[in-house]
Amino acid sequence: MKTSPVLAVENLSVEFGGVKALNQLSFSVQAGEVFTVVGPNGAGKSTLFNVISRFYQPSHGRVLVSGRDLARINAEGVAALGVARSFQNIELFEHATVLQNLLLGRHRHHKGYWWSDLFFLPATRAAEMAHRAAVEKVIDFLDLQSYRDKMILGLPYGVRKIVELGRALAMEPTLLLLDEPASGLSPEETQELGYWIEDLQKEWGVTVLMIEHDMLLVNQVSTRVLAIDHGAFLALGTPAEVAQNPEVIAAYLGEQVESVV
Amino acid sequence: MRIIFKTSYLQDIQLFKDRYQLGRYLLLLALGIALPFMLDEYYVGEATYVLIFALAGLGLMLLVGHTGQVSLGHAAFLAVGAYSCVIYEGYGAPFLLALPLAGLTAAVAGAVIAVPVIRLTGIYLAIATLALAIIVEDLIVLLEPITGGVIGLYAEGITVGSFSFERYEFPHRFYWLCLTILVLVTLGYANLLRSPTGRAFMAIRDSEVSAQAMGVNIARYKTLSFALSCGVTGLAGGLLAHYLGAFNHETFLIITSIHLLMMIVIGGLGSIQGAYFGAIVIGVLPSVVTIAREIVSTWWEGINHIAGLDTGLFSALLVLFILYEPLGIYGRWMKIKTFIELFPLYRRNMFKRQHAYLKTERVR
Repeated sequence: MKTSPVLAVENLSVEFGGVKALNQLSFSVQAGEVFTVVGPNGAGKSTLFNVISRFYQPSHGRVLVSGRDLARINAEGVAALGVARSFQNIELFEHATVLQNLLLGRHRHHKGYWWSDLFFLPATRAAEMAHRAAVEKVIDFLDLQSYRDKMILGLPYGVRKIVELGRALAMEPTLLLLDEPASGLSPEETQELGYWIEDLQKEWGVTVLMIEHDMLLVNQVSTRVLAIDHGAFLALGTPAEVAQNPEVIAAYLGEQVESVV
Repeated sequence: MRIIFKTSYLQDIQLFKDRYQLGRYLLLLALGIALPFMLDEYYVGEATYVLIFALAGLGLMLLVGHTGQVSLGHAAFLAVGAYSCVIYEGYGAPFLLALPLAGLTAAVAGAVIAVPVIRLTGIYLAIATLALAIIVEDLIVLLEPITGGVIGLYAEGITVGSFSFERYEFPHRFYWLCLTILVLVTLGYANLLRSPTGRAFMAIRDSEVSAQAMGVNIARYKTLSFALSCGVTGLAGGLLAHYLGAFNHETFLIITSIHLLMMIVIGGLGSIQGAYFGAIVIGVLPSVVTIAREIVSTWWEGINHIAGLDTGLFSALLVLFILYEPLGIYGRWMKIKTFIELFPLYRRNMFKRQHAYLKTERVR
């Protein structure tokens, strides 16, 4: 029996007034892949993420996560399917500590009731201990020990990026969406991020869908690369194949002009 | 600075960081219990007023300070609590039943109000809740058969069994009753903050988009926050009714809502301690002004003719806090504490806000 792909995008179009942010886009991501979407600015990459997160409504087509159509699920329900995401411009809970942020990642595993929380009943206590242990695994993995009790407000940009990745990991996702994880990171931090993504794929068994501009990172970790421009399909293949595709080169650098007078 | 060596996850979950902190709070509680013995009866009454406003402040703090939903109409829920408590007692309910029922009534009212207003944010939410306060004020006058209209209601003294908590006869007992309720609510509040529900509130405050992506049901948690907040404020309303003895619609004017909001801003948004600090300022300032007036009037008669001196001072205080200490008294207290703990290594910019990164790509 063939299992359904972790993510299937079928003929997806998103329109904002007359602007077609996504145009008849189709692709699927298989379990265990690191699937990267590349494209020039305004190509519709973040729009794609926001459709998967159910922040935007598609005009045509559909998105399936593990075989389930997202059309019937609201934005809060996407997390329950095991989809975690990071944001391009960091959307952490700034007036909370790193630990609280990571624990919020565990929210989808939270089954208790508020009155149990109000009295901190044994059930809440036991669940908190379990969540805490799960979060500690993420802290260990990402070397965040020294930041555990720090407020996000006081942290440098690079650390915030990693905390955001950690928060997504704390959700124990099956599909991890990373929106430009390396933007604003130093080359060393980017390299480290690359190792983490590789470990995620191999040891944690997480499927990753990533938007990234840093081609070194893309080449290092990607199983397949999808190039889009103006919301439409351009090329799909291994990183090397896509990098040599003439249409992709044209989209990034423009058409070659034979003679300039 | 004392660094705590943690050996168990329980230490992160406990209400108090260590035995010293627990000891300090127990000392404070003992001081709170012993306070009536150190003051004369008039000031015991003033202290009780501070406790009741601290309770109302806790309610508003949950909504404004922890869920980030501003309310300019919380006096409305204070009124719901006060009127329903006295009305239930009129039907023969004992105080111990009437007060929780009053809280519940206010909570239900809050949840019902939440349904239309949780879609609003920022200034629009403020205006909607302000409108609510005005509507409730008018409703009280209009519903004369139940509320007594402009004449208002009269609250009988509290008795539990044969034990009287009458405010003027036994001011000490009434003070302890308020203190007990306040401490219980504070414990529940602290429990919420260390558990998933409280964290979900904070998530909504800091980034709704991101909270949604974590699977936090925004509508549900905002409604819950409204209900809990209004419920606690309703409890304070029930106590306030018995504190005042007689009250009418003028007890719950817009200015009361604004006082409540100012209180938690001056105290420090986003901290339980802030509600207490703010209530102390609100409760003590009028007395300070009265005493100051007496002293000044011995050499300058004209001071007695200046009306609204405490309102003016209070507003000036608010402006100064917003300009120079947006974190409120609690924030200032944290700075002083850090200064002492790190002496002489404290740096001036330690609490300076870091550069806020642009949120250009907010989804909404």
